[in-house]
Amino acid sequence: MSGPGFLATRFDTALGWARKFSLFHYPFVTACCGMEYMSAACAHFDIDRFGAGLTRFSPRQADLLLVVGTVSHKLAPALRTVYDQMVEPRWVIAFGACAVSGGIYQNYATVQGIDRIIPVDIYIPGCPPRPEMVLDGLLKLQEKIQKEPQDWRWTKKT
Amino acid sequence: MDKEDLIDEIRTRFGADVESYAETFGDQTLAVRREGLRALMSALRAAPYDYAVLLDLTCVDYAAVESRFEMVYHLYSLSGNRRLRIKVSLPAENPVVDSLTGLWKNADWLEREAFDMFGVGFIGHPDLRRILMYEGFEGHPLRKSYPWRKEQPLVPMKD
Repeated sequence: MSGPGFLATRFDTALGWARKFSLFHYPFVTACCGMEYMSAACAHFDIDRFGAGLTRFSPRQADLLLVVGTVSHKLAPALRTVYDQMVEPRWVIAFGACAVSGGIYQNYATVQGIDRIIPVDIYIPGCPPRPEMVLDGLLKLQEKIQKEPQDWRWTKKT
Repeated sequence: MDKEDLIDEIRTRFGADVESYAETFGDQTLAVRREGLRALMSALRAAPYDYAVLLDLTCVDYAAVESRFEMVYHLYSLSGNRRLRIKVSLPAENPVVDSLTGLWKNADWLEREAFDMFGVGFIGHPDLRRILMYEGFEGHPLRKSYPWRKEQPLVPMKD
């Protein structure tokens, strides 16, 4: 065969493929897990290999919210606002035991898991999680994005 | 001045205000009546004692004891390389003590923390309000009487 080839696919599949490899993430880093986030984000482990390398420090330009570390009740309104400012489609990763469940802090100050405030797609446990686990979580999110029904401009909202 | 001489001198000078003295593992601790705290601290700040640094100021809640709260002050003398711990017992129904903001500036925020966490009042403090917890938070979370796990969320929570 010669000349230009062609590729047949479903629109949803193509959109999912494009989205999962262009995750612009917003790091909501509050605690020691930030070190592991930096390790995962920089050259050694490098989430850029999976298309999530571009960090945007504005939630309005991001579509992946990484909540890294402990969230206190005092901080909860800020997290809620950041999430509300993100444009759909958006995804959230709870990074580390504190973001997942409050971790070792079960007291007056700490939110017992960020899923009490905002919806969470992927939970990465560990105190702190190894960068390999972060990469695994990222891959799981990509899988989820690929498989979920794609929400796009002409989709009818219910 | 020798460590022991120093304590002796303080005790003779502030006889009635110093309730007891203890030394454990080389750390000197004076228990003081709260009425005499301000005068004693003022003297310790100046020469010859010269405790120029207020290292820490905090509170302990002994819930079962009548004199429930105990303020703890850690002093350090740069010139003499000496440390001294001062303790003051406060009654449960009226936990109030003189502020030390006039002597050490860092007492300002430390006292605000003690107020925030334990509800201890400081007479003469210029701006006594919460420092760690948010506005609208009720109670003092490090008191033993504060319900454990009690949360006061600012945004709606899913359970």
